[in-house]
Amino acid sequence: MKRSVLLTVNGERHEVLIEPNLTLLELLREGLNLKGAKEACGIGACGACTVLMDEKPVNACIVLALEAEGKEIETIEGLVKGNDLHPLQRSFIDHYSFQCGFCTPGTIMTAKAFLHRNPKPSRDEVKNGIAGNICRCTGYENIVDGILNAAKEI
Amino acid sequence: MSEYLYVGKSIPRTIETDKVTGRAIYIDDLKRPGMLYGKILYSKYAHAKIKNIDKSKAEKLPGVRAILTGYDIPDVRVGFIKDQTVLKKDVVRQFRDEVAAVAAISPEIAEEALGLIKVEYEVLPTVFDPVEAMKEGAPLVHEVDARGRPLKSNILPLPWKFYAGDIETGRKASAYTVKDSVSTTWVNQCCMGPSGCVAEFDMNNNLTLYDQTNVIHLGKQRIMEYFAQIGLKGKKVRVVNAIVGGSFGTKLDTDIYEFICMQLALKTRKPVKILFSREEEFFALPPRQPAIFDIEQGCDKEGRLTFRKCEALLDNGAYTSWGATTPSVMMMPMSSLYRVPNVSFEATCVYTNNIYCQAMRGYGNPQANFAVETSMDTLAEEAGIDPAEFRLINRNQSGDETPQRLKITSCGLEECINSVKEKLDWDKKKKDKKKARGVGMASLIHVAGGARVYMSDGHGIMIKVDQNGCVDVFESGTDQGQGSPTVISQIVAEALGFKPEDISLTMGDTGLSLWDAGTHASRHTFMAGNAAIRCCEKVKKQILDMAVQYMPKLIKGGFKRKKRKDPDFVQPDLDYSLISNPEDMDIRDRMVFPKSDPDHPYFKMDVREIVRSGLHVGVGDSRVVVAEEFYDPPTEMLDREMKGNLSMTYAFGTTGVEVEVDEETGEVTILKLIAAHDVGKAINPTLLLGQVYGAVYTGVGYGLTEEIKVVNGRVMNPNFRDYKMLTAKDVIPITPVVVEPGDEAGPFGAKGIGEPGLVPTAPAIANAIYDAIGVRITDLPITPEKILTALNDKQ
Ligand code: FES
Ligand code: FES
Repeated sequence: MKRSVLLTVNGERHEVLIEPNLTLLELLREGLNLKGAKEACGIGACGACTVLMDEKPVNACIVLALEAEGKEIETIEGLVKGNDLHPLQRSFIDHYSFQCGFCTPGTIMTAKAFLHRNPKPSRDEVKNGIAGNICRCTGYENIVDGILNAAKEI
Repeated sequence: MSEYLYVGKSIPRTIETDKVTGRAIYIDDLKRPGMLYGKILYSKYAHAKIKNIDKSKAEKLPGVRAILTGYDIPDVRVGFIKDQTVLKKDVVRQFRDEVAAVAAISPEIAEEALGLIKVEYEVLPTVFDPVEAMKEGAPLVHEVDARGRPLKSNILPLPWKFYAGDIETGRKASAYTVKDSVSTTWVNQCCMGPSGCVAEFDMNNNLTLYDQTNVIHLGKQRIMEYFAQIGLKGKKVRVVNAIVGGSFGTKLDTDIYEFICMQLALKTRKPVKILFSREEEFFALPPRQPAIFDIEQGCDKEGRLTFRKCEALLDNGAYTSWGATTPSVMMMPMSSLYRVPNVSFEATCVYTNNIYCQAMRGYGNPQANFAVETSMDTLAEEAGIDPAEFRLINRNQSGDETPQRLKITSCGLEECINSVKEKLDWDKKKKDKKKARGVGMASLIHVAGGARVYMSDGHGIMIKVDQNGCVDVFESGTDQGQGSPTVISQIVAEALGFKPEDISLTMGDTGLSLWDAGTHASRHTFMAGNAAIRCCEKVKKQILDMAVQYMPKLIKGGFKRKKRKDPDFVQPDLDYSLISNPEDMDIRDRMVFPKSDPDHPYFKMDVREIVRSGLHVGVGDSRVVVAEEFYDPPTEMLDREMKGNLSMTYAFGTTGVEVEVDEETGEVTILKLIAAHDVGKAINPTLLLGQVYGAVYTGVGYGLTEEIKVVNGRVMNPNFRDYKMLTAKDVIPITPVVVEPGDEAGPFGAKGIGEPGLVPTAPAIANAIYDAIGVRITDLPITPEKILTALNDKQ
């Protein structure tokens, strides 16, 4: 039985009919064609699918779309305002915080929520803050640099 | 004006902005009109006869468009020694054997259909231990070879042997000798982007394969060969990369799922996508090749190596891919890491019913390096020489030719070892040793100027400049995240005299590129960079030819206009001979100027003005600015004795670590890690450090945490929870040291640096742990359990 869900994604309201077992990630990627959030593990163990739900980071691969009822979802696609990149996006480019880029959308969303909670973090706090976002390429150092430098601008 | 404007600078990765906005299209995101989804049914047993496959029920499932088994497609063998078919119909030899495949309108329906396919098996005897598998009477994994001739043994017909000098002579000259056994296990490349492809045929059966391969041209070649055997001879194949979510070796071979995807697309006449789950990534993709080594080394009284003798045993798994050829790379550290006159290396690959293996960052080097570098430490101890000093005594040097005939043109190893010593405060730490703390080091040699494993190790490139001054570079490699679009645009900007932002890059498309042997073996910057520099020379010449023709006209035209506006203007008397010969001119940072007077007030002109004026100028005189270059370096294939200078240059490096071991829990903490690398020249220093950091983290994982647990052929930890990669929380305090001796053959002096950071990390850690607690763990990974057991045994 399909159910109807009303949610806001990147500021736009959507009413969608979905199967109850659909994950939020599936809804975003397949239903709403927002391909930024990625699936790398599907079990909530890597953070590649991180989006913000009412400003809190969630692993969208293990959240049911039904749970997003009435919620505000923000994805990587929502960070660009007009022609301007978000300071985190800019900083990730300037500090080489990505290589293959597959973990990047999820890490940026985690970082956004993290900096919201902790606007002036130390290096170690940042490392703890992104511990749930696995990156195989960068060895994290440049990601941490990217986040620390973005913190100065936010 | 030798100072570089862009080379050696950390130009940001603006060219890849799509990766931070969610717009980059990976295979996961790619959707073609009418596309179907493919899924694969794998074997239920590690070794069994297939008695029957019943797909009737699955075929009736609404939404299913095709089901294929080995009976539905031509019985063609694929793989390195052609020891498997795409779908297996008689015998399965491992759990990942592909038995059937479904194409359906959704991944869910395809998955459901897999559950409806009934396969009857008759279980066959299995063998999982490579030592057992070699014994007479062991169950045979393969009954016949590729040509149908009966096989009597599980030992592969790949006798890897390398000999130089004479071991007995070396033994006689030795004052000290040691003998060790070490082993390394399976680790997964763990690309964050899962494997997948989309296969699409047109009505003439020409194929476009959207893919992640890092060897587009060789991949195409394999597909063409396959096509020739399935009735599609002469059909056209185009391989196009999507954005690739990491490679680390996984994309070196054309995998079985890719052939399956093509077969499903052929059958359904629709585009078909196969996308792996993380679980498949772990059990159905070939991981790093494990190996067992028996290594013996000797040195004389002064500590000079006298011989190195090593035998390796490789659990090949059930089929061959690029795991079986890792010994060809193991020979490099075995023969050429440190000066050693007498070398013997033999490797045996054995079929078992385990998963088979592939390439992973460093290829066979990390495995062999673990053997060599841990043995270096035991020998240093035996000889009573400090391990760092021992390495310095035996270090490679510029000008050496190694027993494998590798020509060491530039070598920063001494500086690497010394900077590790200094940064770790080595001598002091060795003298005032603290309990449970220790330091260790290990070095590496790796190819860094290509690797001639195919008849051509070349790279082709095409560069055009249009009337707007936009530079399009069509290069033949691929980008799996290493940052080549940035590096190559820096090189082109420097060599052509444009700005990096003028440059667009097309990579990873066989239809838009010349030949390249692949983005592997840390060869891309070196090869594409060298090709680009040479190509830029040709393009520059064309622009300067045009400049000579048009600059005087443009300058004089400007004077005329000025004169019209201002009748008092007096045209200066200029020496136009300064800009009459293209050889006397140059371009830098978008400006064309005479070499003899770079800041000439009138003869310095924006290159865009010249191309705008000179390209589209009517019948007969219009032209295009375009050139191509094929750079194939003068290197050698390894000969029958496995000797030859296969690379233009070699990378060296040393990793040093300080660890603390908790003797209660067995936990190892890395207090410091120094990664010193001879990189020739860093084209983009921050980007280069990214390669080092990433490789070191994977190397630490190799040393301490990562292991695919395979029990009776089955992968027991196929997910990111049970397979332990390092996270940002596992803070590894890395201090990179970049040594830049510059290499004559490298583009602006650069060497390849993609793999080296990983190679010596695990043995450096193992050596530091030994220094800390006096027990040596000889099999990777060095887990707390192994440490505790060893500590117990010691007491
Ligand atoms: S894909 Fe959701 S946490 Fe890994
Ligand atoms: S950039 Fe590749 S996984 Fe993080």
